[in-house]
Amino acid sequence: MDGTLVIFWAFAALAVMSALACITRRSAVASALWLVVTLFSLAALFVLLDAQFIAVLQVLVYAGAIMVLFLFVIMLLNLGRAGPTDLKGPLGLGVGVLLAGLLLVQLLVLRQASPVAGGPARPALEQGMIPSVARPLFTAYLVPFEITSVLLLAAIVGAVVLAKRKL
Amino acid sequence: MLLGPALAVSGVLFAVGVLGVLLRRNAIVIFMCVELMLNAANLAFVAFAQQLGVAGQIFVFFVMAVAAAEAAVGLAIILAVYRHRQTVDLQNINLLKG
Repeated sequence: MDGTLVIFWAFAALAVMSALACITRRSAVASALWLVVTLFSLAALFVLLDAQFIAVLQVLVYAGAIMVLFLFVIMLLNLGRAGPTDLKGPLGLGVGVLLAGLLLVQLLVLRQASPVAGGPARPALEQGMIPSVARPLFTAYLVPFEITSVLLLAAIVGAVVLAKRKL
Repeated sequence: MLLGPALAVSGVLFAVGVLGVLLRRNAIVIFMCVELMLNAANLAFVAFAQQLGVAGQIFVFFVMAVAAAEAAVGLAIILAVYRHRQTVDLQNINLLKG
């Protein structure tokens, strides 16, 4: 079994486990945070499937924007009851310290790595990079793209109308 | 080739999302499960795009745009319902029940 497959199954297991945690947690905040873990693992799967740009969008749009919107509404409705966290006791402390240490090691290793200094740039993978995705989007799929903008405008107007008490 | 495993994971995630929609009663958590199902579909799109060309990745764009619009409108609806009923538990929101 080669390395890619091992990494793929690791992230797939993480995605499924955190999805299960998302639907079983009692607190809405815990559900939302587990869903963020699922979205991040899906971004990793997208990278393994040669869709780097989609992975970046996944982190920016889903984990960054949509989930923050969810958490904001949960806060607004006052649904996040203070309860025991999923990582509690000495086990939780150990896992937390382990993850924080892992992050520290990663950051130190990244600090050692030099940026691509001179030399020929590595030939980028054609599939999944921005030009190969953007060009069809603005040629073959131009009409759906424009219709999407109308859809977003309708969603903005609808959200404002629904959220306002009195227009 | 990762097509088969990716489709399997996509199916499992979609099933988990359906399970959540059926089991949970909190409207916001149900919404999050819908997002999970959309993401499972995205994974299938990307997996096929690796084999059949970049069109699958473009569809993921559109799915993301629709998901963002759906989240905005849906959460506004939940806020409006909460303002009237003081709850987001779907058991208590049964005005249209036959």
